[in-house]
Amino acid sequence: MTKVTFVEANGTEHDVDARNNRSLMQAAVQNGVPGIDADCGGQCLCATCHVILDEQWYSKLGTPDADEEQMLAPTPERSPTSRLSCQIQVTDELEGIKVILPEFQM
Amino acid sequence: MLDKVQPLRMLDQDPKTIPLDQIDVSQAELYEHDAQWGFFERLRKEDPIHFFDHHEYGRTWAVSRFDDIAYVEKNHEIFSSEPTITIADPPPDIPFQSFIQRDPPEHDSQRAAVQPVVAPMNLAKLEALIRQRVGVILDGLPVGETFNWVDEVSINLTTQMLATLFDFPFEERHKLTYWSDATTGAPDVSGGDFITIEERNKALAECGEYFVRLWHERANGPPGNDLISMLAHSEKTRDMINKPMEYLGNILLLIIGGNDTTRNSLTGGVLALNQFPGEYDKLRKDLSLIPSMVSEIIRWQTPILGMTRRTKQDTELFGKQIKKGDKVVMWYISGNRDEDVIKGDPNKFIIDRESVRHHLSFGFGIHRCMGNRLAEMQIRVAWEEIMKRFRQVEVVGPEVRAPSNIIRGYRELPVQVHPL
Ligand code: HEM
Ligand code: FES
Repeated sequence: MTKVTFVEANGTEHDVDARNNRSLMQAAVQNGVPGIDADCGGQCLCATCHVILDEQWYSKLGTPDADEEQMLAPTPERSPTSRLSCQIQVTDELEGIKVILPEFQM
Repeated sequence: MLDKVQPLRMLDQDPKTIPLDQIDVSQAELYEHDAQWGFFERLRKEDPIHFFDHHEYGRTWAVSRFDDIAYVEKNHEIFSSEPTITIADPPPDIPFQSFIQRDPPEHDSQRAAVQPVVAPMNLAKLEALIRQRVGVILDGLPVGETFNWVDEVSINLTTQMLATLFDFPFEERHKLTYWSDATTGAPDVSGGDFITIEERNKALAECGEYFVRLWHERANGPPGNDLISMLAHSEKTRDMINKPMEYLGNILLLIIGGNDTTRNSLTGGVLALNQFPGEYDKLRKDLSLIPSMVSEIIRWQTPILGMTRRTKQDTELFGKQIKKGDKVVMWYISGNRDEDVIKGDPNKFIIDRESVRHHLSFGFGIHRCMGNRLAEMQIRVAWEEIMKRFRQVEVVGPEVRAPSNIIRGYRELPVQVHPL
């Protein structure tokens, strides 16, 4: 288990114990965090699991691959540190990560 | 060239016993009679990547399982959207182009230019106006009489919503619906019978002239919130008018995208609630289920039956050898009833279904529907307003469906409304 904090666009925080080797998207959905739709179920095909990281965490995790980048590009609140949360695996290294949710999903 | 043999007429066949290799799910009349289910059930079980050499469409593959469809969506480098996304090849005399039928990089840059029009902040601005127009339509319905829900509500409403989006002259708004039907309803595009090819070409020419005129009006006026004004004033798209075929293609794409699909969802929802009265009860008791019901309506209806890709290189698809040039049809209508993915009887309409948003109706991947939030908003607002007024919208006669191998649509749904 790894401690993850999801922050809604209105500032509400959700601390969850995320299971390792699952995706951040799954951690949010399984813990009832609102604001992640995950319409495609985690296949990098819908971009409704968009999240924004702070710069430090973003660079620690490495840049999105080409497929993810292509799906991210049209999301309405795209920022330089945007990711699709279904493409991020929860590991011990993520302990304490803060994940910001956009106001709207695609 | 030898003339190819006409396929068997599917309507006369028993899906359980017809030899597999004779199954042709591209026949428009199958959908007119809602007779496709047995054939797809058989294909999902026995031949999920199904080959058929069609006398008119050529070598086609029917992909019928949810996950296999997602795979095709993902591999857009092999399964191309060019030159078009219908089973039929593009009619040679339609010059319009839009990004739904382009691959990257053109797809990506054109979509990026148009996408802001349906940005959530814009939708929020539109919602109040749409709600007001829905209210006017519903308040005008003839209580105690039988009427056609398709004409009085679904078409009326979607046409008004389109006019709102384009800030199109309101009294001429029926033209939008006509141009949309003309584009999708001709025999050479969808096997439809709405219009002849000559009439279609005339309609498109008129549509072209009209929108070029609107562009110039908006470009010379102050920036507004409507789609054309946004295109004419935004830095990225301000020169689009110099490529008139691209401009018109994208306009037509928005008209069509927002027309049939939403219209048939509005009708499909009424039909579904009447076929599953227990769900109607559930809804009456808990109106907070409306957003979830909207997704279930869109899954259950599957307004777009399927989209076609053309194979760019020889490849293998789950054991089948697909040749360069072959058409691969992703039958969303089948994937949305795939019991391995849609848990808890996919044939049932369940308004609080688990993972209700996990459906194929909007497609997946880079071409995933750009108007999905707009569509959901429109259908949600419509149901919120319907439930404020009517205890029941009762279906009082059989529905009449349209023949098409692209759009799953209705022409008639006789109903009576019962006020609260
Ligand atoms: C329930 C309603 C709707 C359904 C079921 C639907 C379905 C779809 C599907 C399946 C695609 C994917 C096409 C492909 O992969 O080849 C698509 C694309 C598209 N839709 Fe929708 N649609 C709906 C409403 C709308 C609305 C209201 C608009 C208007 C803004 C719209 C605009 C578009 C556009 C522009 C595309 C092309 C996206 C691209 O190629 O990147 N749709 N739609
Ligand atoms: S869940 Fe669909 S892209 Fe992440």
